[in-house]
Amino acid sequence: MPEKQSRPITMAIVAMGGEGGGVLADWSIDLAEKMGYWAQTTSVPGVAQRTGSTIYYVEFIPNDGSGREPVLSTMPTPGEVDIVLASELMEAGRAVFRGFVTPDVTTLIASTNRMYSMQEKTAMADGRVSSEEILQSCEAASKRFVGADFAKVAEECGTVISASLFGALAGSGALPWSKEEFIAAVQRGGVGVEPSLKAFERAYEIAKNPKPKSAAPVAIEIGKKPEKPKDDGLTPEQELAIINDPSSAVGPALKEHALRIAKEFPEAVRVMLVHGIKRCADYQDVKYADEYLDRLLRINSLDAERGNGTYRLLNEVARYTALWMTYEDTIRVADLKSRRRRFDRVKKEAKVKEDQITQVREFFHPGVEEITDTLPGPLGRAILKSRMTSKFIERVTKEGLRLHTTSLHGYLLLYTLARLRPLRRRSLRFSLEQSRINDWLDVIFATASEDYDLAVEVAECANVIKGYGDTHRNGLNNFNAIMREVNSLRAKKSSGAANRIADLRRAALADESGTKLRELLTTSA
Amino acid sequence: MAERSFLQEVKKLRTGAGEEFVGEGILAVTKALLQSGVAYVGGYQGAPISHLMDVLGDSKEILDELGVHFENSASEATAAASLAASVHYPLRGAITFKSTVGTNVASDALANLSSGGVTGGALIIVGEDYGEGASIMQERSHAFAMKSQIWLLDPRPNLTAIVDSVEKGFQLSEASNTPVMLELRLRSCHMHGKFIAKDNLKPSFTLKDAIENPKQDPARVVLPPASFAHEQEKVHKRWPAAVKFIKENKLNEFINDGSQDIGIAVQGGLYNIVIRALQLLGLSDVYGNTKVPLYVMNVTYPVIDDEIVEFAREKKAFLLVEEGQPDYIEQNLHAVLRRADVATKLHGKDFLPVAGEYTPAVVTKGLLEFLKKYRPDLLAPEDALPSVVKPSAPRIKAESVHGRPPSFCTGCPERPIFTALKLAERETGKHHVSADIGCHLFSILPPFNIGATTMGYGLGSAGASALQSKDTDRATIAFMGDGGFWHNGLTSGIGNDVFNKNGTLTVVVDNAYSAATGGQDLLSSKAENEIRSTKHPIERAVRGIGVKWAKTVTNTYKVSEMRDLFIEALTKKTEEPKVIVAQSECTLNRMRREKPAMTKRIKEGKRVVKERFGIDPETCTGDHSCIRINGCPSLTVADNPDPMRKDPIATILSSCIGCGLCGEAAHAAVLCPSFYRTEVISNPNVWDRFKLLQNGIDRRLARIEAHA
Repeated sequence: MPEKQSRPITMAIVAMGGEGGGVLADWSIDLAEKMGYWAQTTSVPGVAQRTGSTIYYVEFIPNDGSGREPVLSTMPTPGEVDIVLASELMEAGRAVFRGFVTPDVTTLIASTNRMYSMQEKTAMADGRVSSEEILQSCEAASKRFVGADFAKVAEECGTVISASLFGALAGSGALPWSKEEFIAAVQRGGVGVEPSLKAFERAYEIAKNPKPKSAAPVAIEIGKKPEKPKDDGLTPEQELAIINDPSSAVGPALKEHALRIAKEFPEAVRVMLVHGIKRCADYQDVKYADEYLDRLLRINSLDAERGNGTYRLLNEVARYTALWMTYEDTIRVADLKSRRRRFDRVKKEAKVKEDQITQVREFFHPGVEEITDTLPGPLGRAILKSRMTSKFIERVTKEGLRLHTTSLHGYLLLYTLARLRPLRRRSLRFSLEQSRINDWLDVIFATASEDYDLAVEVAECANVIKGYGDTHRNGLNNFNAIMREVNSLRAKKSSGAANRIADLRRAALADESGTKLRELLTTSA
Repeated sequence: MAERSFLQEVKKLRTGAGEEFVGEGILAVTKALLQSGVAYVGGYQGAPISHLMDVLGDSKEILDELGVHFENSASEATAAASLAASVHYPLRGAITFKSTVGTNVASDALANLSSGGVTGGALIIVGEDYGEGASIMQERSHAFAMKSQIWLLDPRPNLTAIVDSVEKGFQLSEASNTPVMLELRLRSCHMHGKFIAKDNLKPSFTLKDAIENPKQDPARVVLPPASFAHEQEKVHKRWPAAVKFIKENKLNEFINDGSQDIGIAVQGGLYNIVIRALQLLGLSDVYGNTKVPLYVMNVTYPVIDDEIVEFAREKKAFLLVEEGQPDYIEQNLHAVLRRADVATKLHGKDFLPVAGEYTPAVVTKGLLEFLKKYRPDLLAPEDALPSVVKPSAPRIKAESVHGRPPSFCTGCPERPIFTALKLAERETGKHHVSADIGCHLFSILPPFNIGATTMGYGLGSAGASALQSKDTDRATIAFMGDGGFWHNGLTSGIGNDVFNKNGTLTVVVDNAYSAATGGQDLLSSKAENEIRSTKHPIERAVRGIGVKWAKTVTNTYKVSEMRDLFIEALTKKTEEPKVIVAQSECTLNRMRREKPAMTKRIKEGKRVVKERFGIDPETCTGDHSCIRINGCPSLTVADNPDPMRKDPIATILSSCIGCGLCGEAAHAAVLCPSFYRTEVISNPNVWDRFKLLQNGIDRRLARIEAHA
């Protein structure tokens, strides 16, 4: 083996194009040369500049004063990389996959934020990779893992991730130079020094004082948790309080409903039901919350009889019944968009300062059906039937509507639309959706006594219908196609029915046009 | 001008004799050209050599002082043809481009140049776009050197070696009347290092001298019978002269030869990788003191037969490390050994991979196999071998790591063009789409999946030319960038369509720059450029060549308008070509200019409106239709704050620059009412403050509403 001192320190920076990986490499080189090292960096920018994965590779070796120039590698070697800096969690995972992170040598410093891949983003449902799994791999593959949301640190300091990663690099102690020398390199760089150093300092502290291994890795906006969202999610204590006393989580108008939940429904579904009654009452009126609970009664007794006590079926039916009953129509959208909470959120998101003014513009494009949806049934049907009127509405709405919500008339329009709630019960869409819901519940009820798992799948199928306009129409078609298959499977008393429906549901969510679903329906029918 | 400034780099070009030059590989080459007394430089931008062109573009003052002519050639063919100036006159000239794509385009001129030969040194600097990070077909420039007889230099990846090879390249070219190609690998171009500079040199023979004393000599023109004489001259005069120069100047290196009965021959560009492999196997130190003899081929064409025989004769076997395929050098070496009747075993691609980049990992593995066969005694015991040669499984599941290819930037004006086409095709049905080279080629990837083939830069329309039929009403669509259009697309595509009466619809994506290569200006750029003539509209050019149906869209973000125009163009079949010029400035370059300007205006207390988009989580149903017709990096997914919903919602990151595509797309596709635009006004004026009163009313209403 070569002598230890003759081996250069090796460092790979894995990032996406445009993230400032080059700046990070430049600071490192400048620092190393100031400290009397030979330093070499190489990169492969090319088209990788445009948000693709890219890698910068750096080697340092002390100048031995002999004038001999070392021969440094232009590419990293798996098993021989001392430091890997990753600007994002999946990129850290990629470095692990490529073998650049190894347990005997590598200090892996990674930002745990996720920039989702196109594949993750374009899925109709939840296509995200588990962050937890990547984190565990990073931990297991490295000699030392420094993981935190360095992107967030940078953003909060008004700079970019190169600054916080450089701070983490200093804090990790993986390079033999002092903090002051690192800071001096940023100062020599001369661009955005102040915010850079702020982020540097915070990241330095994070890397310097790592949390003990047993503690959960810094959990800032990471992870796939479909069951319980992080923002606004309930803590276990809050959930327990709801289970013990559902009325603790509702206002005076819903107290009776909450009492009903406590009296008539099992503990396992109470949290879901409380969400459900609030949603329905908010959407329409208090009576609507009653109708919601009524719909679930027969499923409740059936699940008690056929289920294993976890109330899996009732829970999912409770979820999707509430979501379906609160389908998105023009009134609902106007209602949600004119709330104060929403304006507060918008301002926070845009980081509006004291002396600045915000204006909000909505992008609406109601189709003919969305308009007839909210009209009283007979009128809506009449318009849909009349080609002339439909054409006229199409012409008028063709360009869509750009509503200035922060102007008086724009706000009043939304406000007025939202107040049309009482009309909804007589609307075309309302009666349509109620009968669709009832049909779906009938199938679930009938199926549950024959095949519990299949009934759960049928409940989940409601998730296939989502979105607006064409997306909604396609979803409904896909849903109907799956329901036809459910009926034929029931008739055949097929044993693998639940699995089959689960596959079809996934296929329906694989693409928008329903191509995958049609393929699957024809190939194995 | 391109929106980037290279003033720092330009300063480095003034580094004087004895001073240390610190910087990037391709910049070192630029400096080396000036040190060598170059009289003219041309080229076509492209990774990894764009930097050379960009820096010289900003170096007018230095170039004027030295009397160097510099041009942004219209194409690589133009650049290669410009070397004609070195045929009769003792002028040193250099051109540069990305290879092999650029060399393909240049090859006609290069072949003519090499046939007649040169008087002044002619240097072709090619950025070999091969291996990780490459954006083109994986081929070798080596073939061009062989077929046209151009000498090929492949120096060690070390700034001093690269700079020396520029100077020596000119001398070799002059000594053998042959153009010389300097091959720089991707990483060598982007490598940070240092060398000791020399003063810049004014050319001793100037362009003025040449222009005022024109020469003519039919013996140097490729026309029979001179062309037949050229071929003889190549092998009988120029080749031996080159071999003599290379040997005398020791351009190739023998390192520690004679110490072992084995050895390694290596292309200069791979020297560092081989030393690293030897180091990992315990056979070299980091300074290149190797225990295994090396023959470093800094000149990879021609092969110097005597040197090969000399290196091979006393050895049992040697390994050739030659990257890429076909294995031209290996075949050549086999022939040399056979002819010289040397029995030494030659190994190469039997131990090393036949195709693909030679990383330290693959070279170490190949070298280990070679040593195991011939000199296991040199190797450390098994357990001391580096982990890279030991089998290991990935330490993470493959499914956890998705591919992340490059894509359109946030706010890119090209994305809405493909959104619009996707929406138009919902009405017109699918079309065959011929793609081109440039950022717009990212359309072939999700979420757009538009584009069936790409046949080369500017060849979008040409690639669609055969798909014409009288038996269908459906037109064929071709894409082309403004870069490809001016490079050759105007004639090879549009002119071809006019002449052959092809009904192709060509969409020219005009973002005002040669954007994919780094944002250089071109003929149709909107910007003022001190040293170039810009503002020549593409529509005028296509009309000039005979296109009658030509429309320019000046705001590609208006998706509905773009979509309607596509529908119009696709439903009106004609026997004539149609051209849509889709125009909007490249965002990357626009932001480089506008971001600092905006910050400055805010600081000065001037009114600035900053726009960004948002999505209401309450109304988003998590179906992600918006992403599937958009694909913006700033449009992504996030946990659903709704406790009842499982699927993530769509969300817009703070990196949003408010281009407006999501709103427009939601509109055009009748998607979803969740999108909104916020305008944050810094330093509001009186009118804004008046409107603020309205905001006050809104706030009151909002309060009432929330308590209702």
